[in-house]
Amino acid sequence: MEAVKKEPVIFEGFVIMPYKYSVGSMASKFFIKIRDSKVICGAKCPKCGMVNVPPRSVCPKCFSKVEELVELSGKGKLETFTIVHYESSVQALKPPYAIGVIKLDGADTSMTHFIGGVDFKDIKPGMKLEPVFKAKREANILDIEYFQPA
Amino acid sequence: MANRVAIVGIGQTTHSGRRPYVNDGELIYDAVTRALEDAGLTINDMEAVMAGNMDMFEGHHLNDAMLNLYSGAAGRPGFKMNTGGTVGTMTAIQGWYHIASGLYDVCLVIGWEKHDEGPATPAISTITDPAVDRHFLVGAIGGLATVSVAYMQRSGCKLEHAAMVRANASQAAHRNPMAHMREIYSVEDVMKARMVMYPLNLLMCCPTSLGATAMVLASESKAKKICKKPVWMKDHVTVHVEYGGAQFGIGEKRWTSHMEAGAKLFKRNHITKPMQETQVFEMYDPFAFAIPMWLEDFLVCEPNEGWKLIEKGALKLEGEYPVSPSGGVLCTNSIGDSAILRVAEAALQLRQPIRRCTLHQLYRRLRHT
Ligand SMILES: [Zn+2]
Repeated sequence: MEAVKKEPVIFEGFVIMPYKYSVGSMASKFFIKIRDSKVICGAKCPKCGMVNVPPRSVCPKCFSKVEELVELSGKGKLETFTIVHYESSVQALKPPYAIGVIKLDGADTSMTHFIGGVDFKDIKPGMKLEPVFKAKREANILDIEYFQPA
Repeated sequence: MANRVAIVGIGQTTHSGRRPYVNDGELIYDAVTRALEDAGLTINDMEAVMAGNMDMFEGHHLNDAMLNLYSGAAGRPGFKMNTGGTVGTMTAIQGWYHIASGLYDVCLVIGWEKHDEGPATPAISTITDPAVDRHFLVGAIGGLATVSVAYMQRSGCKLEHAAMVRANASQAAHRNPMAHMREIYSVEDVMKARMVMYPLNLLMCCPTSLGATAMVLASESKAKKICKKPVWMKDHVTVHVEYGGAQFGIGEKRWTSHMEAGAKLFKRNHITKPMQETQVFEMYDPFAFAIPMWLEDFLVCEPNEGWKLIEKGALKLEGEYPVSPSGGVLCTNSIGDSAILRVAEAALQLRQPIRRCTLHQLYRRLRHT
């Protein structure tokens, strides 16, 4: 037999995986309120009173079923943040951009979103923020364009 | 020596094809709260939580992580199982190990799937060697179709027998209020369904279902305090294979994982005549030929006899050896939930034999699930 040429064989594949995600009973209401009324809501536990934003239908603290939605002002406080320079195919914005962990007034949990309308150097933990909504809203988390200094 | 382990709480959601108002967490919570209620316990009584589902089937990596607050796993020890269709049974077995070893007394085990929302077939297809098999096998059905043809070739089984299996399954599922496809089909109806991959037509394949099942497992000392009628998980056997075109065994010198598992299970439990010494078989039957072929492979009946039992009507709900009296995976296939549901259904048949039908003589002496 003739000698086989020494050469690595590498198969280049790809996988297409489209998916849907039913966001759930409470989160559906949360996104519809944002889309139709530009109002951010939380979910209030009937047993321990914990308010979750974004809302979930099971209380993380006491495992009760949660069905009550409470309207919040949308204003809140920046807890911490980062500036994103890394680029990948899964991002909603082109870097660089700022993301913050925001605790809304009246909520017991924090949510993550973009921080905009401010120079990166002026972003400070503890700063007051308010949401800026997109003109065309589609019942998803990006209906809030970003949070800006209030 | 392992401690004895019992099923003391069982909860399942109804199964269906679409439920756009709930997310997977809510589905899980529904099953978990039903299992806890059944056991008369709360989530705080659970010492560990085992979860079973497959990464990427609905487009999520580590898909238990964002659901731990819904399942009650947050803050508790436990494992996520990530095998394929077997995942539910592997999850129940994981709970069994943790209790049998003496590490915990009470474990929650959960399986779930929102099958309609994800790319299950592209995800399953990545199981095979990218350089060799991936171009030829499509999802699960590629392998199942080829072994079905091989079974027909060697055994004399005909398409009509597979149609009889599906017609029987429809009768069983019709009596199960939690099943997904509860419509009754005749053999003629099944034969008329459109071909998917020869010899499997649409009705001979399992459906796209969603649902969740949870069970509370307990050690012997706790089980007797928790419930009057614990269902004991007496034994189980796991056999691994390398997944490929010939995974289920084709050819003359067949030796499959099912044969290995059946041989071990029956030998160490001193069972020589499985069809006489057990009374019912709840099988993970994802395609219609599975029942005759795998009854043979599990060594429950003789080679090439499976389809003859179907022809005689022996495997029907009211037959001498009912297989999948729940309607099986042929009528409800919420993949990550399908295998744990088999364990739960077998336990329900033992515990409440008249829950779904009055054929209680069927369930009197079931020993193995
Ligand atoms: Zn609470």
